Amino acid sequence: MELSQGEIEAIQHEMSLYEDSGAATIEALKVVQEHRGWVSDEAMAAAAKVVGVTPTQMEAVATFYNLIFRQPVGRHVIMLCDSISCYLTGYEEARDHLKSSLGIDFGGTTEDGRFTLLPICCLGNCDRGPAMRVGEDYHGDLTPERIDAILTEYK
Amino acid sequence: MATITIDGQKFDVDDTENLLAVALSKGFDLPYFCWHPELHSVGACRQCAVKSYRNDEDEQGMIVMACMTPCSDGGRFEIDDEQAAEMRAQVIEWLMTNHPHDCPVCEEGGECHLQDMTLMTGHTQRRYRGAKRTHTNQDLGPFINHEMNRCIACYRCVRYYRDYADGDDLRALGSHNNVYFGRESDGAFDNEFSGNLVEVCPTGVFTDKTLGAHYNRKWDMQNAPGICGHCSLGCNTSPGSRQGILKRIQNRYHGEINHYFLCDRGRFGAGFVNREDRPRQPLVRNADGVLEPREMDVMHDVMTDVFANAQGVVGIGSPRASLEDNFALRHLVGAEHFATGMAGHNQRASQAGLAALQSHADRLATLREIESCDAVLILGEDLTQTAARVALSLRQARRNKHLEYAAANKIPKWHARAVRDIGQYNNSPIFSATTQATRLDDIVMSPQRLRPDAIAELGFAVAHALDNTAPAVKQLDKDTQALVDAIATTLKSAKKPLIIAGTSLGDPAIINAANNAMQALSAINEAARLFVTFAEANSLGLAMLGGNDVETAFESIESGAADTLVVMQNCLYERAPKSRVDAVIKQAKNVVVLDHSFTRTVGEATHVLPAGSFAEADGTLVNNEGRAQRFFQVFIPDAPMQEGWRWAADLAEVAGHKPEWQGMDDLIAKIVADCPQLAGIEEAAPSQSFRKFGMRFPRSPHRFSGRTAMYANVDVRERRPTVDADSPLSYSMEGYYGESQPPSTLAYAWSPGWDSNQAAITRFQDEVGGPLKGGDPGVHLVRKNGDSTPDFIAAEVHAVDGWQVVPAYHIFGSESQSARAPAIAERMPAAEFRVNADGAKTLGVTPGETLELRIDGETHRFPLAVDPSLPKQTISVPVGMHGVCGLRLPVGVKPE
Amino acid sequence: MEETKVLTQRIRPDRSPVFIDDYMAEGGYEALKTALSDFGPTEVGPLIKEAGLRGRGGAGFPTGVKWSFMPRFEERPDERPAHVYLVVNADEMEPGTFKDRMIMEGDPHQLIEGMIIAAYAIGADIAYVFIRGEYVECQRRLQRAIDEAHEKGFLGKDILGSGFNLQLYLHMSAGRYICGEESALLSALEGRRAVPRHKPPFPAASGLFGQPTTVNNVETICNVPHIVKNGAEWYKGLGLNKDGGTKLFGASGHVAKPGLAEFPLGVKLGDVLEHFGGIRHGRQLKGLLPGGGSTPFLTPEHLDTPMDYDGVGAAGSRLGTATMIVFDDQTPIVGVLKNLEHFYAQESCGWCTPCRDGLPWVEKMLIGLEEGRGQPGDIELLDLHVKLLGPGKTFCAHAPGAMGPLEAGLKYYREELAALIPDDAKTLSLTESANANPL
Ligand SMILES: Cc1cc2nc3c(=O)[nH]c(=O)nc-3n(C[C@H](O)[C@H](O)[C@H](O)COP(=O)(O)O)c2cc1C
Ligand code: SF4
Ligand code: FES
Repeated sequence: MELSQGEIEAIQHEMSLYEDSGAATIEALKVVQEHRGWVSDEAMAAAAKVVGVTPTQMEAVATFYNLIFRQPVGRHVIMLCDSISCYLTGYEEARDHLKSSLGIDFGGTTEDGRFTLLPICCLGNCDRGPAMRVGEDYHGDLTPERIDAILTEYK
Repeated sequence: MATITIDGQKFDVDDTENLLAVALSKGFDLPYFCWHPELHSVGACRQCAVKSYRNDEDEQGMIVMACMTPCSDGGRFEIDDEQAAEMRAQVIEWLMTNHPHDCPVCEEGGECHLQDMTLMTGHTQRRYRGAKRTHTNQDLGPFINHEMNRCIACYRCVRYYRDYADGDDLRALGSHNNVYFGRESDGAFDNEFSGNLVEVCPTGVFTDKTLGAHYNRKWDMQNAPGICGHCSLGCNTSPGSRQGILKRIQNRYHGEINHYFLCDRGRFGAGFVNREDRPRQPLVRNADGVLEPREMDVMHDVMTDVFANAQGVVGIGSPRASLEDNFALRHLVGAEHFATGMAGHNQRASQAGLAALQSHADRLATLREIESCDAVLILGEDLTQTAARVALSLRQARRNKHLEYAAANKIPKWHARAVRDIGQYNNSPIFSATTQATRLDDIVMSPQRLRPDAIAELGFAVAHALDNTAPAVKQLDKDTQALVDAIATTLKSAKKPLIIAGTSLGDPAIINAANNAMQALSAINEAARLFVTFAEANSLGLAMLGGNDVETAFESIESGAADTLVVMQNCLYERAPKSRVDAVIKQAKNVVVLDHSFTRTVGEATHVLPAGSFAEADGTLVNNEGRAQRFFQVFIPDAPMQEGWRWAADLAEVAGHKPEWQGMDDLIAKIVADCPQLAGIEEAAPSQSFRKFGMRFPRSPHRFSGRTAMYANVDVRERRPTVDADSPLSYSMEGYYGESQPPSTLAYAWSPGWDSNQAAITRFQDEVGGPLKGGDPGVHLVRKNGDSTPDFIAAEVHAVDGWQVVPAYHIFGSESQSARAPAIAERMPAAEFRVNADGAKTLGVTPGETLELRIDGETHRFPLAVDPSLPKQTISVPVGMHGVCGLRLPVGVKPE
Repeated sequence: MEETKVLTQRIRPDRSPVFIDDYMAEGGYEALKTALSDFGPTEVGPLIKEAGLRGRGGAGFPTGVKWSFMPRFEERPDERPAHVYLVVNADEMEPGTFKDRMIMEGDPHQLIEGMIIAAYAIGADIAYVFIRGEYVECQRRLQRAIDEAHEKGFLGKDILGSGFNLQLYLHMSAGRYICGEESALLSALEGRRAVPRHKPPFPAASGLFGQPTTVNNVETICNVPHIVKNGAEWYKGLGLNKDGGTKLFGASGHVAKPGLAEFPLGVKLGDVLEHFGGIRHGRQLKGLLPGGGSTPFLTPEHLDTPMDYDGVGAAGSRLGTATMIVFDDQTPIVGVLKNLEHFYAQESCGWCTPCRDGLPWVEKMLIGLEEGRGQPGDIELLDLHVKLLGPGKTFCAHAPGAMGPLEAGLKYYREELAALIPDDAKTLSLTESANANPL
């Protein structure tokens, strides 16, 4: 498998920002993920070739970090903060509501491929807890009603 | 130097060391996991906790990790401290929370560092009540088994595989308490030194699959001090056997050679010993052309007949057999009729190698020493394939740059991670000129790919650049001259430069060039070192013993001067083109072969005598640095199999010149008397009569439990251990075992509380990672030729016009004995011809298509592949069991 | 209580970003000009040291002192390594911490100006902002600000004709709390797994790619232009006690008006709480983590504590990031601890045994307690973990950080925790516990 020209150029740009181009290993994964939503084995191998590292080395990095998806995800990834401030302000209720209204557990993807639900540690939105991220958008002060309203915004 | 106190005892210690290494050297039992004498400290496992006190007044002290603590002067430490002991016990308890406790079915059981450390810390009560996490395992190929659930995440495997061996397909994956050590998917490890993981892993995650296939408990094996027979380096091994089956090869520590690590060919290449198709009876070819077994007394008469009627006998020895076997054959046929078993080109290159060693006998690097060299020039050798263990040493040599940066920043040398972090991708310079891309290219500065004559020229030019009285070669092009100058400047300014050459291209000029370069360099730098590699385990021994080459032996048959060939552990098809060997065998009246494997020569022989392999014989080998080393019989084979030299003696007797020697001691004495150049081999190991406190040295560990049960299916009565007539070792667990045993007789490593090979050996070393107590085994045979500086050798090279064959060696396949081991056979690459892209165009063959090529009178057909590294008009030909056997070098070809 | 706005002086109420024109209109990049024209490269560090600026990333190490560890090559230019690095730690993954995000989003040039001066002061030629992956908006604004600064000649070659060169890049993390630990951060920047490094050697000796490196927190660096502009004395004068300057304070959890505010160091804890509206729903304070998830609890008895490094230290905790997490009297402590320890267990890098295998055990014990499956001995086993996951016993400060709240929890709320063990619970033998519902 080959990466797209856009991906290759983006990775090469990242490689140029470091003394050692291997440092772009993480960025390469992120570039691929940005273009494809997740990082398949084949895409990882192709990215490894661009960076000049082995697929095993890429995998070592990919499996270390939280934000690299090595499995397909839905169109919108919901990351619900499970850290302390949100926990104190209603995380459990938000979690239960998300799980039951989406019909999935953490790590799951809805059947229509719309949402993937993941827990995430502190989002830095602590003053608006409970908080979550849908795609790149932050949402705070979650209540079951607000969650329902927010979810309808994502098709 | 520093004075430190450990548990109230004062010690003068090396202040550049860490406390754990020192404590272990001083005999303390301090548990550890992530530290390893070669991998040094990273402080990950937190097992080696001790109490450290700031000064004499400090009563509180604090817990530190011994492996991360420098031995600074005045340091005061307590191992025997309640809090430190509590920490150590707790670390084990944490490590064991997820461990499956499957010791009864674990291949590591009995030599498991985790078992030892658990016992040592006193963790016996399990308090963790949670479920254990589990992993799926990977298929890692024929060598290594994977059982990740046993993992305690000490990170040693990746630190060895990646940081030490530069392998890239084993990594720590995942994170928190879900770290996983594996590849990105199933598959055999890519690195040629993967087998060491078996010993590096402190528990049963990576275990020896070849042992697992016919598993028995580690303590129920009979071992012997072994010498690896699969290349010229002479790594020390500890082969283990049970009931006449060779079970495994383990590393045997030798401070100056292999120390803790072997290559995969050495570790997994011994399977040929257990092959079903080995000749186990005397065989005679009957009238129908079929080999038939014969009883011994019948065979005696047959052989008497053969020698009585022979019209001239020539003996062909073998550079893979011991000096004893070869000498006994020489005795049988007479020195003038004895051939070394080497092809002409190999013999000439080996002689050039011997001459180089003799010129620089005081400046020969050991494998261990290579690690401390800070600039290297390699001429011609694809070391990873021809003398693999050197490649691993060179990978350490390149890190001297890291150590240099570390020293400049006051980072101690044992601080492994910090040394690596500061060193990054800066390497000590390694230059290499080979005929094609090699597996070392990743650490080589601008690797050169040249035809053999150009490699020699480059070497001569470097010599000339170092010393302009050294003979020059013809005008070089500008780039090459610039490179030559750069190499010369680098070697000159290095603290300890090293030159490596070898015989694999069959070109004496390359070795002569290395010899000259060394000559020039040694005048500049006392510390300069030379390292020459040879083709086989005893190539140098045979070069020293002397004899004709194989072609000369063939000529005796072809000319009718002789009609009987006696071949000792050699396959003629590996030494000369097939048509010629066929013709010689056809012409000879008798072809008597003494061998342990069913070689092609055995397949064509008239008479076959089943010789013992290395596992079934004692013998002396001379490694590439001229070190004579003794290997010992691991087990006694079923009669009538016996040592090659015993067969040769028996034959000499029927031929009417019964030798005066009886056992090994006699034989060795006779060798020394007849061949003064080999004087010293008698010192390679103690004689048969040597005893310690009246005792022999055991082959089996004290814990050996199987003596009565071992043959219970045959007879429940206990057999008497056989008495070893040839060595001071015993075939049992009885005898003296301990630190003052001569190291050459140490069959296995064990010490109370320390059951794993790599940890137990500490008790037998002067200090961890240092020489063995009593000195590392072996005797240097090569002595300098007089005091005067030798003359430079003329810079003569032999060029081949037009297309030239360059041999492609492979660690798994080129060496014929290991290639017969099933595990190695599985890893043998498919044979292919390779040329560069232009070459493929010229030949008009598309890659993947079969190319038919006539080389030295033989036609070979292999698929063609493109290798951009190959020089113009060279064709890379796989040599050995996976390709072409009996290739004579140099050889030109005329592809149609 | 009134805020003292230094770092937040340009932050707009709606948090819309201040870009270059507005920034310069409000005196932005004046400090940079001053630094480059009035100070030699080695003269900025002593000023910062004099001002008493301490690291805002959690550990509170004096910034000027840290800078002084950087090797100087003015006298021996040929020994200068390939690069010298400044890295700004914008990872901000400490639970309950959201201060750096606000100043990066609201006033990105303040950080960039601070970085240029800091790089000048330590002799760096490349600077990275290591920013957590979720902060996408931060990244966009910072990138725009960097481009603007480039255009104005504040970045790149020969900045403002001073001969000083600096490249500034953003690095988006792929997400791991341990990336915030400065040495792990360097591993992450090198494209490796973010496993911490042992110190010594410190980054100043062997940092990014083995070269001299300084790592500073976002907020720390944002102070720099103000000190250069107004002087050390002014800065020292801002603080109420020994520690100079202001600090961003935050509050989340059970406060009535969660958010951020800027106060002088030394402000009383009670006053800060009051600023954020006190405890919500009219309840009482049970406890708080004064500066992020790894700082030991303070309780109502500590409301008079002066919020500076020494003050909070004397109260048995740490100022940390000064973003406090507050919980009311109806909060079961076991849940708070379980949540925190879950985080730390999950975010352990997996390198050293105590943290990798000890924290999940701690978490499981707390879950067991919460679910009524505690056993006699559990509390003592938690004590043991506090002791053996302490500083020096693990490889980095992650696990000791995790033990901060647990230790305080076992101290202040011991009875509450012990009461969770059912009266009839007995220590199960291994076989019994295997059959019983495992933890
Ligand atoms: C586990 C751990 C996580 C950390 N996370 C952060 C962080 O997210 N942001 C930060 O600035 N410092 C963090 N630190 C502190 C840094 O290691 C370092 O001390 C700091 O970046 C130095 O900057 P300063 O001196 O300006 O405070 C963390 C430390 C530890 C041990
Ligand atoms: S304390 Fe935790 S985070 Fe730090 S090195 Fe050890 S395992 Fe990693
Ligand atoms: S051996 Fe010292 S920490 Fe592992």
